[in-house]
Amino acid sequence: MVQFHYHDVIVVGAGLAGTRAAVELAPIADVAVISKVFPTRSHSTTAQGGAAAALSNNTKKGMDSWLLHMFDTVKGSDYLGDQEVIEYFAKEAPKAILEMEHWGTPFSRMPNGKIAQRPFGGHQRDRIAYSADRSGHMLLHALFEQSVRLNVKYYSEFFVMDLIIDDDDDGNKVIRGVVGYDIRTSELHIWQAKAVVLATGGGGRIYSTTSNAYEYTGDGYGMIYRAGLPLQDMEFTQFHPTGLYPLGILITEGVRGEGGMLLNSKGERFMEKYAPDFLDLAPRDVTSQAIYTEIQEGRGVGPKKDHVYLQIHHIGRDNILSKLPDIWNFAMTYTGVDCTKEPIPVMPTMHYIMGGIPTDLHSGMVVAHVGEDGNPDQWVNNLYAAGEAACESLHGANRLGANSMSDTIVFGRRVGKHIYDSLKDIKTPDLNEDVGVEQEKKMKVILDRTEGEKVSKIREELQDAMWAGSSVFREEAKLQGAMKIVKDLQKRFNNVIVEDKSPSFNMELKEAIELENMLNYAEAVLAGCDFRKESRGAHSRVDYKKRNDDEFLKHTMIFKQEEKEPAIVQRNVSITRFQPQERRY
Amino acid sequence: MKATFKVYRYDPELDSKPYYKDYEVEVEPTSILLDVLNDIKWHQDGGLTFRRSCGHAICGSCGMTINNQNRLACQTLVKDVDISKPVKIEPLKSYPVIKDLVVDMDKFYNKMFKVKPYLYNESTPVAGEFLQSIEDQQLIEEAASCIWCGCCTSSCPSFWADDDYLGPAALLKAYRFIFDTRDDLKEERLRIVNDADGVWRCHVIFNCVEACPREINITEFISRLKTKVVTTKL
Repeated sequence: MVQFHYHDVIVVGAGLAGTRAAVELAPIADVAVISKVFPTRSHSTTAQGGAAAALSNNTKKGMDSWLLHMFDTVKGSDYLGDQEVIEYFAKEAPKAILEMEHWGTPFSRMPNGKIAQRPFGGHQRDRIAYSADRSGHMLLHALFEQSVRLNVKYYSEFFVMDLIIDDDDDGNKVIRGVVGYDIRTSELHIWQAKAVVLATGGGGRIYSTTSNAYEYTGDGYGMIYRAGLPLQDMEFTQFHPTGLYPLGILITEGVRGEGGMLLNSKGERFMEKYAPDFLDLAPRDVTSQAIYTEIQEGRGVGPKKDHVYLQIHHIGRDNILSKLPDIWNFAMTYTGVDCTKEPIPVMPTMHYIMGGIPTDLHSGMVVAHVGEDGNPDQWVNNLYAAGEAACESLHGANRLGANSMSDTIVFGRRVGKHIYDSLKDIKTPDLNEDVGVEQEKKMKVILDRTEGEKVSKIREELQDAMWAGSSVFREEAKLQGAMKIVKDLQKRFNNVIVEDKSPSFNMELKEAIELENMLNYAEAVLAGCDFRKESRGAHSRVDYKKRNDDEFLKHTMIFKQEEKEPAIVQRNVSITRFQPQERRY
Repeated sequence: MKATFKVYRYDPELDSKPYYKDYEVEVEPTSILLDVLNDIKWHQDGGLTFRRSCGHAICGSCGMTINNQNRLACQTLVKDVDISKPVKIEPLKSYPVIKDLVVDMDKFYNKMFKVKPYLYNESTPVAGEFLQSIEDQQLIEEAASCIWCGCCTSSCPSFWADDDYLGPAALLKAYRFIFDTRDDLKEERLRIVNDADGVWRCHVIFNCVEACPREINITEFISRLKTKVVTTKL
């Protein structure tokens, strides 16, 4: 039996961005959040280091300002971030952080009782508000708890498969709701809504080594791309410099913020060569590329010379245990390394997608099309995206550490406010009679198939192909090789089987549907990488080593085409205060 | 080397009663139990069902009973368990089983909601943050690092005996707000934990401390809560 629901607003995803939007709307609208995991299990909880905001609490390096935060973010983005968006972000981040403090986040404190702030890569001031090395956990729990106070309705462990999108009278598209199912029973559910927020997070799980959760499978990207809507700047995938070797578990940049340094096999502090001013606190793109260069030139550590060391013991045991307690634990539990005495083995790990669902610069509404002048000319009315799922574009070609947590609460809040203002003018949507039929059929076809390939086999091949073809350094032949594999895997997916035939909590069926999403946006990542014949930020092409502003100071908009290579058009970048310069650290 | 894992299986849709199934897996001392379960699911038996997400002990999804101890599968390494005999893996005790290692945690969550788990204040500063000393922040930091995995409450004999007992996690959550200098609902929360199913059901058995993957000294915090209840005029 299909179950129908109506809510004014549906938020898909219960991480920081989604919950922040829901908390904004809860006092005035009927808002419900759908999440494939219980809300506090969302990936936001794994963020460690902190959230950037120009509070000027820590003035060790001088007073901070929104303008300086804006400049650092623009430079960090390698000038691809949209400056109207970045300006709004830098101005709003302090308010958003203070709001989170008022709602109970147990931020670490300075002796005068104010929120403590630590240094982070690419930021010229110590502007990272944090809670030891569990900042994401503390923010997410505080926000979830406020949503409990406000009686936000949750559909916990429900999986959204598709968006319901229609054509509007004015030539735009319009959202009507979403289709998904109850993971506990496999029963199909249809949610009608006046507005929908996609806060589905990122999707590092398309790579074999990642700091991302198993659940981080880019479902929002998949839904958008499969619906024929564009994904933006997907070539910009961030490799965090310090994943715990060999697992890829995140070791926060806060370790270097607290004084940690990277060392090669000769014991050299090699960042002196790559970033003479910022050293170990260079942005992540620069640092990951430096680590890879050291390894390629034979100065890696370990028997395979395939990683480097992160040393922190020189700051002293007490400092480590009070400021980085979880890091001490991770290193000890998973590698037996006591980081109060010896260095932590680290290697770059897939961490974050700067690209995503393109949104309007001022509202966060999803962009459906870009005109010949390079500006959006069609939107999906009342469909919004926020957080890592979205590409505003705040981060451009490279995100600065600690800007993503601020991103989620600033833009989750903005989307909430924008919906608040427009809700009364939106009519209750009608639904076509055949809504949900396709999704029910898709589930049945997968469940009924008895011969074919397992989900895990196809997924493992995808992850290996993506790592081999599009990790820290990229080049045409490898990218095209990976694309060929992905195209082939997409065909093989039509023959995917699950052994679990039960309607009850069928995680294998869920993994199959996730895999379809992954195979889709992986194609967009590779298409973006191949198209962008330059090196900018996290996208480093060995065959096009220079940044090329003449041709590529533009966003990449990637559209799926059946049986063909994706179509690509370019979107203009908003440049207001800071003209592109050469980027040195 | 090879090790055998004896895993609890039960799908109420298909099975008349629970059973155990043995899986032989190639492991290293540093293999993580969650990776072992994934290996079984992906390469041997697609039907085996468990929750997991972050993979490094912060999301709280993969609480289960491993050789009779409540733990997170993602935080348990092969070298931490005795593999000379089959390693027994079962769902967390005292919660109804949905399927295999997946339990219905609604009862646990509802207890958390009972203590009003959110900061509430009558008025917020007009500018800036609430000021809080380093010491006052440290009063709550450890308690606030609870990940709602349910391992503690499921390990508590008082909870086994009395379903209505709030249990260690909910009491810890109450502590976290009652001792937060910014909160204005302290007395209401103290009344909730002073109830017949509240702090006085804790008999200081320390199972919760042993079970907690975050190494939170839960029993100590419950003791401080008891002191607070008796020293506050309610």
